[in-house]
This record gives sequence, C-alpha cells and structure tokens, in this order.
Amino acid sequence: MDSPSLPDSPRTPDRRRFLSRLSLVLSGAVGALLGLPVVGFLLAPLTRKEPRVWRAVGRVDDFAIGTTVTVRFEDASALPWSGVTARTAAWLRREDATRFTAYSVHCTHLGCPVRWMAEAQLFLCPCHGGVYYADGTVSAGPPPKPLPTYPVRVRAGQVEIQTSPIPIA
Amino acid sequence: MRKLLDWIDDRSGLVTWTRHALEHPVPPRTGWWYVFGSATLLAFVLQVATGIALATAYVPSSGQAYDSLKFISEQALLGRFLRGMHYFGASAMVLLIGIHVSRTYLMAAYKFPRELNWLSGAVLLLLTLALAFTGQLLRWDQTAVWSVIVGAAQAGRMPVVGDEIARFILAGDTIGGATLSRFFAFHVFFIPALVFVLIGLHLLLVLRHGISERPKAGDPVDPATYRQRYDELLRREGVPFWPDAAWRDVVFGAAMVSTVALLAIIVGPPHLGPPPDPSILEAYPRPDWYFLWYFAVLAMAPHHLESIIIIAGPLIFGALLLVVPLFNKGERSVRRRPFAALLVVFIWTMIVVFWVAGERAPWSPDFDAPPLTAEAVGSSDPQVLEGAKLFHQKGCQFCHAVHGSGGKRGPDLTDVADRMSPDQITGRITNGSPNMPAYIRVLSPEETRAIVTFLSTRR
Repeated sequence: MDSPSLPDSPRTPDRRRFLSRLSLVLSGAVGALLGLPVVGFLLAPLTRKEPRVWRAVGRVDDFAIGTTVTVRFEDASALPWSGVTARTAAWLRREDATRFTAYSVHCTHLGCPVRWMAEAQLFLCPCHGGVYYADGTVSAGPPPKPLPTYPVRVRAGQVEIQTSPIPIA
Repeated sequence: MRKLLDWIDDRSGLVTWTRHALEHPVPPRTGWWYVFGSATLLAFVLQVATGIALATAYVPSSGQAYDSLKFISEQALLGRFLRGMHYFGASAMVLLIGIHVSRTYLMAAYKFPRELNWLSGAVLLLLTLALAFTGQLLRWDQTAVWSVIVGAAQAGRMPVVGDEIARFILAGDTIGGATLSRFFAFHVFFIPALVFVLIGLHLLLVLRHGISERPKAGDPVDPATYRQRYDELLRREGVPFWPDAAWRDVVFGAAMVSTVALLAIIVGPPHLGPPPDPSILEAYPRPDWYFLWYFAVLAMAPHHLESIIIIAGPLIFGALLLVVPLFNKGERSVRRRPFAALLVVFIWTMIVVFWVAGERAPWSPDFDAPPLTAEAVGSSDPQVLEGAKLFHQKGCQFCHAVHGSGGKRGPDLTDVADRMSPDQITGRITNGSPNMPAYIRVLSPEETRAIVTFLSTRR
C-alpha cells in the first residue's frame, strides 16, 4: 500500500486503519439496510398468521347419510388476484343425522389430491398409489399417516368447514 | 471503423481483451468432447432471450397466469414457437449440463488447478435444476399447482425446519395469490442473476487456468509441476482457441439451437392442462421429464426409508459435488480411474431406469380401465359375470389387470387361478397386504364370493 509518492506522517497508519474500518462498517450498514428488508419481505409468510374462518359448504339435507362427496370453499384470506387458486376442497362424509367428517384431499405421502371411489369405498391417490379406507385410515401404499380431518360443524342447518393450512407431513 | 475500434480499445481495453480471450492458446486435439460447456452456455442464452420475450406477455399472477399462457400459446404471434423454444431450450440446458459435468468428471478436469472451476460449475448445475423446477411451475396449470404442493410436502419431511420451508414454498398456509409471484421472481430475477455471476466466474477461471488437456494414462497431475508442464505444452503444441477449437463449439451449438427450434415447431410447447384450481381433484400431477426419474424414486422407495431419501438424497448429492475436487492430484485418465467410470455409468443408468419407470408409472392406479366385456370374461355363469362386474366396480381393476385391462400396481390376474386356490384368493382379498387394502371392510361376503368365483376361473 505504501507508495513513495505518498508522504507519510507518523499518524498515517492509524488514520488509514480508521478510514478503512469506517468504510467497512458503513458498507456493512448499507448492505444490511438493503438486505434485511428484502429477506424479511421474503420470509414474511413464515410469521404471518392466517385467520381460520368457517365456510358454509351446503345444507345438511344436501348430504345423504353414509356418503362422501367433494365440497368446495374459499381459503381464509384470499388475495384479490388469487382467482381460482383461492379455492380449495375437502371430502365431506355424513356419518349420521348430525355428525359429519371432513377429510383433507391431500394424500399424506406427498400431498397429491386423493379421489374418493364411491363404489369401492376407498380413497385412491393418483401419484404413487396410496389407498385409504372410508374412515381415512391407510389401507395400502406409501402414505405414512391417515388422511387428516378438518373441523366441521352444523350451524343453522348449514354444514360449515373451518379453513386450515395444507397439511404438511 | 478501424479508428472507432481503436478508440474503443484505447478507452476500454475491450478489443484487446476480447482478442486475447479468443486467440489464447488451447491444448491441441481437444475434440468434440469439449463442446458441451459452451453448448450449455448457449442454451442459457437461448433461455434468456426466449424468456424475456415470454415475460413481456406472461402475467405472473396466480389468478391470471393461466389465461395469459393460453393467449401466448393460441393467439400471440410466434407465442407457441417461443414457448416451445423455451421448453426445449430448458430440456437442452439440463441435458447438456449433465453431460458436461459427466465429461469433466470422467476426464478429471476438476483436478489441480481447476478445483474452483468444478465448484462454480457444481453450483451452476444446482441452479439449473432450480430454474427447471421453478420454470415448470410457471406453466401455471393444474399440474403446476399440485407440483408446488408436492414440493412443499417433500420439504416438510425435513426435521425441525420442514414446516417453515414448506410455508416458504407455498408463500403461506395454502396455494394462493402470493404463490406464483414469488416463483416468478425467483425464476426470472434471482436465480438467473446468480447464474450470470457464476458463469462469469466460471469463464474467468477457464481463461485463467486454460482448457484442460486430454488426459493421458500414466501421466498424473502433480501440483508442483502441473502449471509448468501445461505452459510448455501450450508453447509446443498450443493452437488458438479461435478458430481451431471454437469451430466445433459453433457447429455443435448451431445444431443444438436448430434442433430446439425444430422441436418447438414440430412438437410444440408442453400442453397446458386444466386451470390451476386446487378444488378440482381429478388431477394426475407428474413432473416434466427431467424430474420424472425422481418421481419414480419416491414411488419405489421402501416406505421406511422414504423420509431419509427425500432429505438425505439431495444432501448427499450436494456433498458428492463438493468433495470431488478434494481428489485433486493423480491420474486423470478414466482408464486409471475405473471407479469414476463406474460411478458415472451407475448414475446415468439409475436415472434412465427410474425415468423409464416414471414414464410407465405402474404404481399409479388406472382410473380409466374399462369394465371387462362378456367376451373377455368368457363365461355365461351369472356368478362369474357378477364377479367380473364387481372386480371393476369395487376398484380391483384400478390396480390389477385382467385380459390386458387394468392397472399395473398389483399382479396381473389373467391366470391367477393357476397359482392360487380359491381359499388363498379369498384370504388375500379379505386381509389385503401392505400394498393392498383389506377388502373385508369394503365387500359383503356375497360380493367376495362372486369375485373369488370370477378369479378362480382365470387360468
């Protein structure tokens, strides 16, 4: 660094050390000022608490006892530009006069959409061939866990399902 | 013109630098094995060009991307062609970088002093795969939506941070308005920016260390003497990169781009599936060809090892790429490195085998298997006919083929009576197996009897 054309005073090394440290600290501060908000913005979904809301999916009488059907409803807090991606579904089974069970449509293997085969009384996953019984327990294939269920209730003659995150194994 | 160039060179040094880069001496007889790196770079340039064009019409909104893709494919001038170019260009880039990595590994071009060439290339390989995955998702149809979910579910297997990574991928609790914009930003800004930086570094290193010479058996790399010997080789037999070596890059690159363009015209871009509506459950998500082999791995892995494979697989792959340049001395010729040759053959064989399996997907139920016709059943016994009907209705045929109709998940039952007695068949149907439901929960005794009667006549 020392060049003969640069006149050195006894204080020069100190001064240079100070100036280089000052510059490094300032650069770091500017980097943090730019970087932290960007990282925070990207990581925001991790901290955002999405509300749970109850969605009506049909009148009680619309569902026959012992049947399992697809019901469709909207996510809890859909963004205005979500379009059809705000929609979601569940397999709703009417157990008896008052009780309903809402199964997740996501295979517990890797999240693919399971299909209810009414004749065979089985849920089948098209991706890797997972199979579940009518009560959501695993009957064959790779799924490690039974199909999760969503909270479901009956209010004023309407069946309501509570929105939930996509179940992640 | 001459004066203008002189002026630019005086003020920037660019002309001299370019001439130096083009005319720098390279080892003789490098041959056709050395074209894959430049071809990968050219494929990336093709992706940038076609990608920019597509980005001018694509709407990166979860709700509207699908319609804009339809517009690009069906109405925009050259839109179908550009989508096709971008798809086959991506395919070419993945394939070429795979060949390039295999080539440099087989010829041990990563050895001293080119360890950082390898490492920067390894990061470029991972970034290329990241571009391929995010790019597939920008084709925002039903398959893309389910691929995001499958990707998140895989990340979710990670201990401790799995949930967080999954939420990061989905951009929230569920698929929604936030999901696609983020993938778009990663695919067109963030990852390509990293790729540009790393390509710059990779090329700087290629110029700094020179292209590796063809390996010779019995001529090991010794860091103490390698540089001196390489310089001597260049002085003795070196040829200018342009045009002595570059012409092959140009010929191969032109052939590659022409092939991509031809495929874009003849085959066209990948089909746009149903809309990205997560409530439509008639979906059959599967990845594009470059990840199809991994789809098969996940289907065929033993269940108890699966989480380990999902988590450890990519980590081991990354670690392997990292440790390669630690072996930076010694023989380069593949004749003296049989293990290296075996490893490359093994990896490519595995990919091809799993790819074929993924293409056939025998584990996926055949939802469309038609019921057996009376001729196929070949019986007038009402119970046999009833059994055949139930065999279809109750879902047996999703997984079992009979007379060529049905799934491949379970054994073909066309001649099951040759190997199982009616009692054995009854037992299997009633109790199931790890890969078959216990049908006692589904079938009445009469129904079971009818199906057993039907199957007992299959010989």
